[in-house]
Amino acid sequence: MMGREKIMKVLKRLVQQSPADQTEALLLTEDSSLTRFTPASIHQHVAERNGTLVLRVVLGKQIAVITTNVLEPVSLKAVLGKAISLARLLPPHQDFVSLPQPRPIPKIKTYFENIRRLSPARKVKIIQQAVSLARENGFGASGAFSHGVVEVAVANSLGVEAYQKYSDLFLHLIAEKGMGSGYASFISRDSDTLQVEPLVQSAIFKASRGAPMAIEPGEYEVILGPDAVHELLVFMGYLGFNALAVQEGRSFFCSQFGKRLVDEKVMIYDDGLDAQGLQVPFDFEGVPKQKVTFFEKGVVKNIAYDSLTAGREGKESTGHGLIAPNTEGPIPTNLFMEGGESRLEDMIRTVRRGIYVTRFHYTNVAEPMKAVITGMTRDGTFWIEDGEIKNSIKDLRFTESILKALSRLKAISRERKTCPPGSIYGRRFVTGTVVPTIQIEGFNFSGVSAL
Amino acid sequence: MRDLANHILDLAKVKKVEYADIRIVRRQWEEIAVKNGRVDALGQDEGLGFGIRVLFQGAWGFACSSQVNRKEMEKTLGLAWKIAKESSKIKERGILFPLAPPVISRYQTPFSLDPLRVSLDKKIQLLLDSDASLRRNKKVKISEAFMGAYGTEKTFASTEGSFIEQRIVECGAGIAATAVEGGEVQVRSYPNSFRGNFATRGYEWVEGLRIQEQAERIADEAAQLLTAKPCPSGTTTIILDGPQLALQVHESIGHAIELDRILGSEASYAGTSFLNLEMLDNLQYGSEQVNVVADATVSGGLGTFGFDDEGIKAQRVPIISGGRLVGLLTSRETAHLLGKESNGTMRADGWNRLPLIRMTNINLEPGDWTLEKMIADTGEGLFLSTNRSWSIDDRRINFQFGTEIGWEIKKGKLGGMVKNPTYTGITPQFWNSCDAVANRDSWQMWGTPNCGKGEPGQVAHVGHGTAPARFRNVRVGVMQ
Repeated sequence: MMGREKIMKVLKRLVQQSPADQTEALLLTEDSSLTRFTPASIHQHVAERNGTLVLRVVLGKQIAVITTNVLEPVSLKAVLGKAISLARLLPPHQDFVSLPQPRPIPKIKTYFENIRRLSPARKVKIIQQAVSLARENGFGASGAFSHGVVEVAVANSLGVEAYQKYSDLFLHLIAEKGMGSGYASFISRDSDTLQVEPLVQSAIFKASRGAPMAIEPGEYEVILGPDAVHELLVFMGYLGFNALAVQEGRSFFCSQFGKRLVDEKVMIYDDGLDAQGLQVPFDFEGVPKQKVTFFEKGVVKNIAYDSLTAGREGKESTGHGLIAPNTEGPIPTNLFMEGGESRLEDMIRTVRRGIYVTRFHYTNVAEPMKAVITGMTRDGTFWIEDGEIKNSIKDLRFTESILKALSRLKAISRERKTCPPGSIYGRRFVTGTVVPTIQIEGFNFSGVSAL
Repeated sequence: MRDLANHILDLAKVKKVEYADIRIVRRQWEEIAVKNGRVDALGQDEGLGFGIRVLFQGAWGFACSSQVNRKEMEKTLGLAWKIAKESSKIKERGILFPLAPPVISRYQTPFSLDPLRVSLDKKIQLLLDSDASLRRNKKVKISEAFMGAYGTEKTFASTEGSFIEQRIVECGAGIAATAVEGGEVQVRSYPNSFRGNFATRGYEWVEGLRIQEQAERIADEAAQLLTAKPCPSGTTTIILDGPQLALQVHESIGHAIELDRILGSEASYAGTSFLNLEMLDNLQYGSEQVNVVADATVSGGLGTFGFDDEGIKAQRVPIISGGRLVGLLTSRETAHLLGKESNGTMRADGWNRLPLIRMTNINLEPGDWTLEKMIADTGEGLFLSTNRSWSIDDRRINFQFGTEIGWEIKKGKLGGMVKNPTYTGITPQFWNSCDAVANRDSWQMWGTPNCGKGEPGQVAHVGHGTAPARFRNVRVGVMQ
């Protein structure tokens, strides 16, 4: 870790040296570890130290971005020269207005010193506890346990100066016996909050319902657990809540603002400052995070902006800029769905014939404008009959519009869970989605696993 | 660098490791994205670092750093060793890692024009011209052109005495037109969706794609799709074109044959496989028309290299012969379970990732049909082209794909266009329903630069050689 003083000195010097009209320097450091285990062994256990600089220079409206992890002063000077040369070659980006102006950054605690206690030996002990606990109950446990310390710092020539240090850890595992499997996950910035036993018990509970029986595809009443709901929100964030998608006419939000699109119980928003999630005070452009409500009582309200998409509409960024160069647009990464009044047990009790899905797998977009996605259920799917969970069932393929599903919402749990992202690709930056369990009147399953 | 690597490996031997290797990797990439007449993004990236893998007391440890110097390497070796030592406390049995003879070698992707050295002006102009051609059709509201160039220099050294230097050069390009009208959005791409087609070749590959020449056709098809009839729902015969079949091979064969998945290493993330070791040499995976090889040596394949990241030479091995499963993708640690030697598929996504079993080029061998004859021989059905969406379960057996476009086949002729085509199936049933594969005239390599696997996530560049093929009794129009 470089520390605030050193990082800001490097970034500010680079910005000051730049002859460009506007310059932005983003630095990310990472000191992380990830341990993967099966019932038989720890088969992968890795540690990484890295630091990456992303330099964005603007000449008029000509913009170039260079990324490097070679951070010696001589290299950085060369990188700046290269970025300027590149920008000169480019046609102007007519939609570009400006890099962000400085705004006050909220002071939030996102780093817990106890993360440093997670040595290889300590992590192995925690994994041993999880594997042993599962074994004592007749199950095999596989999973991954990761932790990291990340610094994010941004400086630009307009005066933005932002630095934040983060700690994070996540542990996810599946418990397996025969053809049954169950999933559980944990994520936090504070390693002292990790409790292994409830996590293992949760996975075991989902895997303990005997040999799965086959159910015919079709429309069923469903209860979706938080990990499944997390998947729905992530896809909506990517497809619909993003200003670029709206501006390009490819979002299901297009022409729907102010209209009720889903059930009035639905409240979905993004909030980097909400302490129930994994807080993030500013985005990768150094803009403070704003709460953005996408659905309020089922009505389409707002969308997320970065500086480019906000500039197009004469608005201010909502603090959803991703790492440059970004062609995906401002995608919300701290999503929340508001809880309701129900409980999982209450929901199950009201189902005559239906399905409880704990998790989806390999979901993908089928029709973006209708928010139709398809995927499989995984690690715990159950048949509910006459108000009781009867049996685990073979994994099902679903093909359904998220909007249609949320229009048929019957109940929302009061309790919510913070769900971790999937695997971390590229640079580590861990956030979470805070979601309840939901009950939906009708949900389309289009196929069934052959196993 | 060799002296430095040897110093670290000597230190590893002092620590009594069973095995250690070090990879020093420098990666350069350049990506240019043009959208609606402007350069939407131009990024250049350089990454340098090293990773040390240690086998100690029957367990692996891996640590890496971006600071390439002697002191940091010594520290990182210490951490890798410590990780291995602690990890060895959870093991039913130690890792068996068969020795391999030392290899001293060098490999470089053959190419004529280094894509990272071609002038940026020239590359941008090609993309802007192609993008402009897409927008001649007024229904195209989003026009996009993309180009990527990648160079990787890898130095590998091991305690067995191997020292291998490789330079892999890759590039590719593509265009996409998005037509929008009312609430309808339709996309067409060339030569493949999700940014184009990629190969281990020089810039001559990009020039050969002739993206601008195809722009008008692609734009027209996107516009026509807005008013095309929906894909019918039911069970029918389908013919898949090369790029869609490439992803079909990738998802329903390529991942299923990874031996680490079969053994459960990916159970908690990407999943396992419907295959088990008893199925090798016994399972009729597909019909007799289906012949698949894993070929890391094929010219230009995106999964082509000289040596894998365990120092094993690139190979061509049979996977499915006459429909029967005869091979799996293996590593040194896993191949002995089959009584075999590694077939060289261990690759890492850069210096900061541990090598995993990854696809190389998983190729469906050409058959003896011409595409024209195949269509003429099909009474009723659909011809489906270019992937739009994909999904498959964690055991790689239940899949559903969507393609950008389809055409009806009626009485042996291509008929009307259909939009939003989807099809679904069960892996072995589907491949056993294959009754025709087109010949080498329409066989080509397709690069998949976005194959995800592992934790932390790793993106591999892999390839698939395919020619159009026909499948009977397939369920289509899943969303209707």
